[in-house]
Amino acid sequence: MDAVGIATPGLSMALALLQADGFWMPGRGSTTAGGVDWLFYFILAISAIFFIGIVVVMALFVFRYRARPGHREQQTASHNLPLELTWSIIPLLLVIVIFWFGFTTYLNQSTPPQNSLEVMVTAQKWNWLFTYANGWVDEELHVPAGRPVTLVMTSEDVIHSFYVPDFRLKKDVVPGRYTKAWFEAIEPGEHQIFCAEYCGTEHSSMLSRVVVHTAADYEQWLETAGAFYEQLPPAEAGAEMLRKFGCVQCHSVDGSAGTGPTLKDIYGQTHQFTDGTSAAVDENYIRDSILNPLDKVRQGYQGVMPTFQGKITDQEISWIIAAIKAYSGVEEPMPAEETGAEPSGEDAPAAEDVEDTGQTEPDQDQNSASEKQAG
Amino acid sequence: MTSDTDSKQRGVVDQAAAPPDYLNVRSGFWSWFGTLDHKRIGVLYLISILGAFFLGGVFAILVRTELISPGQTITDADTYNQWFTLHGAIMTFMVIIPGIPAALGNFVLPLMLGAKDVAFPRLNLMSYYLYVLGVVVALLSLALGGVDTGWTFYTPYSTDTNTAVVPIVLGAFILGFSSIFTGLNFIVTIHKLRPPGMTWFRLPLFLWALYATAIIQVLATPVLGITLLLLVLERALGVGIFNPALGGDPVLFQHFFWFYSHPAVYIMILPAMGVISEVVSVFSRKHIFGYRFIAYSSIAIAIFGFMVWGHHMFTSGQSQLLNMIFSALTFSVAIPSAVKVFNWLATMYKGRIVLKTPMLYALSFIFLFGIGGLTGLFLGSLATDVHLHDTYFVVAHFHYVMMGSAMIAFFAGLHYWWPKMTGRMYSEKWGMIGALLVFIGFNVTFFTQFVLGSQGMPRRYYDYLDKYTVYHVISSLGSYVLAIGFVVMAVYLLHSLFRGRRAPANPWGGATLEWQCASPPPPENFAAAPSAGDPYDLTGLEYDVAEGGYVSREERPAPAG
Repeated sequence: MDAVGIATPGLSMALALLQADGFWMPGRGSTTAGGVDWLFYFILAISAIFFIGIVVVMALFVFRYRARPGHREQQTASHNLPLELTWSIIPLLLVIVIFWFGFTTYLNQSTPPQNSLEVMVTAQKWNWLFTYANGWVDEELHVPAGRPVTLVMTSEDVIHSFYVPDFRLKKDVVPGRYTKAWFEAIEPGEHQIFCAEYCGTEHSSMLSRVVVHTAADYEQWLETAGAFYEQLPPAEAGAEMLRKFGCVQCHSVDGSAGTGPTLKDIYGQTHQFTDGTSAAVDENYIRDSILNPLDKVRQGYQGVMPTFQGKITDQEISWIIAAIKAYSGVEEPMPAEETGAEPSGEDAPAAEDVEDTGQTEPDQDQNSASEKQAG
Repeated sequence: MTSDTDSKQRGVVDQAAAPPDYLNVRSGFWSWFGTLDHKRIGVLYLISILGAFFLGGVFAILVRTELISPGQTITDADTYNQWFTLHGAIMTFMVIIPGIPAALGNFVLPLMLGAKDVAFPRLNLMSYYLYVLGVVVALLSLALGGVDTGWTFYTPYSTDTNTAVVPIVLGAFILGFSSIFTGLNFIVTIHKLRPPGMTWFRLPLFLWALYATAIIQVLATPVLGITLLLLVLERALGVGIFNPALGGDPVLFQHFFWFYSHPAVYIMILPAMGVISEVVSVFSRKHIFGYRFIAYSSIAIAIFGFMVWGHHMFTSGQSQLLNMIFSALTFSVAIPSAVKVFNWLATMYKGRIVLKTPMLYALSFIFLFGIGGLTGLFLGSLATDVHLHDTYFVVAHFHYVMMGSAMIAFFAGLHYWWPKMTGRMYSEKWGMIGALLVFIGFNVTFFTQFVLGSQGMPRRYYDYLDKYTVYHVISSLGSYVLAIGFVVMAVYLLHSLFRGRRAPANPWGGATLEWQCASPPPPENFAAAPSAGDPYDLTGLEYDVAEGGYVSREERPAPAG
């Protein structure tokens, strides 16, 4: 592994150099970024030498041997084995060197250290969710500086790709399996997260941030974050949920158009569905829309919303209902236990729903089954 | 059509007075769409491919215009996604893959062999019909509401999306068969119809390139066919192959897809290198340097090209071992590519370089292929690829190779063989202006995208962060210059058809056999099969002012001085 030995002084030198965006590469935020940059500039130098060489020779020949009166071509040798072997073997040696540095740097960059902090990453159209050991779920990635972090990633729907340019880190996030990536952030700050694998309409807004704290700040953040929503009024907690589950990617809260209907003033409206039926928006309507979004699709929209069954708790649905009421100017407080407690009169399956939602855990399949029968 | 004196001046091969050429020998719809003449089929392909190029270009300009400012510029995200999908699918499957082999190759290959036609003329026509059918089926997607998967059709997005994926995938499937038929035809033709004297090492390098290409077309395209068919089955019948929700494996699709689509890159670039080998030699008035190395490197590229598909999946979660192997194999392709560039430069050494339009495109090719090839080193190297994968760096890299190299070589070939195909010369002045505009426009458009990519801008983004704006603006403006270049080209080429000077048999002084028959060639190409010498021995040719082209020294009356 003497290649690593050669790469290391380059790495530390590069680290010392700059954190700001260069012309080619963005600022460096992780411990492995320096090694990548060193290799990038190494290849750039080799490429520049070859390219300038080729272009200069070409330009020289065009100028020197251009067709003009009095100039005749001179038939030179039509091949020259030593020359041709030379210009095959020198590039061969160079690419072997490039390959080797690329491979060893990649090994460092893709092998997670044993003692790293683990965060679960869930990608879905079109947001990122980061789940911490204490069960806290956040739509931004919070990490401590100076400690390796391993991401265990999976996707709920199509292939996404987790990309942090400042960390020189990219890994596809694939449904039905787990992929891993790791990094160690150098110092407190913020870094852009992109989705790099095309995933549909909102691909280019599937953005988030890595927030790097000092070790002490991180512990404190994790503690407060864990109890965060319980301390908020339900409507505000619901607004947080709408962000966290990515609802607002498609459903605006200010009346502007999106992939799905806006949530503003929606409570109490009567909606036409594509199957010809209609219903008024109440608690059950909202709950059904979250759990079985494709059963009833509102007219003028496409049935593209994923189900949140098994991902969202009853508590969280209750907060969302409270938030939607707030956006609709319905100010009544909505404690969690009372979700769906008032049957809404004209809705036939409401009575069943009361029972279902009154139960706690294993009700979801049953719930949807009974709704399908009723509808 | 031609006057007596004209045709006498034209013919190097002795001809009776004004014999019909392949263009005016027959007319009417079926004389074209029922033709078995490789030249007419080549022209049909050429017109269709240029039509597809125009359509793909319109989508390119729409995409660049949307990206000239962040957020919404001229359309919404869904429409934008359909535009870049159609741009990619049209340019790849309908323009670049068939471009040089099916349009230029069809026309030139039998002529270069001194043959009357390809080995299977009916199969050739069949392949054109399949091409048209494939285009029509694929474009049904447009009528059925568009398709938004990207030209790579990655699963499970392509099995999930509610856009019209099936027609375009079936279209690509049919286009694949068209490509297989052409490849098969070329392999047999090159094996069986070479004239006396043309040993394998007297084969023009363009034919070596077409031969290597044909091998890939025949061996790799069936894999794409099966893959696309499986995708259609999954969408139509819910068979679980790629979609994890049905028990499939989404990454399997990527392996299948790139097992074809990486070799397909060489289907695009090998014939391009073949064209450049012809043009550089003829316009430097020199024997090609290192014939055998160039010929072998075509075959080497064809073989290595089959073993590098995994470099499209360095970040897909495939194992470190697999990544290492694919990275190493990828670098092996760099060597034969580099060898060709050095050989072309050595060919120019001590030559007499005639800066006509085809040569300008060839010089552009060397410049652009240099950038396209060298930036491949960043992507073949594992550590840097992780950062650059799926960013604009990749977009810039493959545009330098696909457009800057393959398409530019296509235009080099088009200008080189235009007089032979149409019997007319185009305006050299406007040809040079067009070439210059294309060269400048191309570099402005795509070089900026390298910077965008290394700065982290992901590809296929409808919207972007403010810090990327300046590069996007430059890139979009460059694309307009590029478009103007192509409009100029279209105008002077069309103009030449009606007003252009009549072309001599051998306007550039090439020694390959196609220059021995008249421009445009008679229906049967050659009265008697010519015998082939060294295809790059240009010493027996001399410029004749009265002819306006080159004639062989023996046939020319002895010069006065």
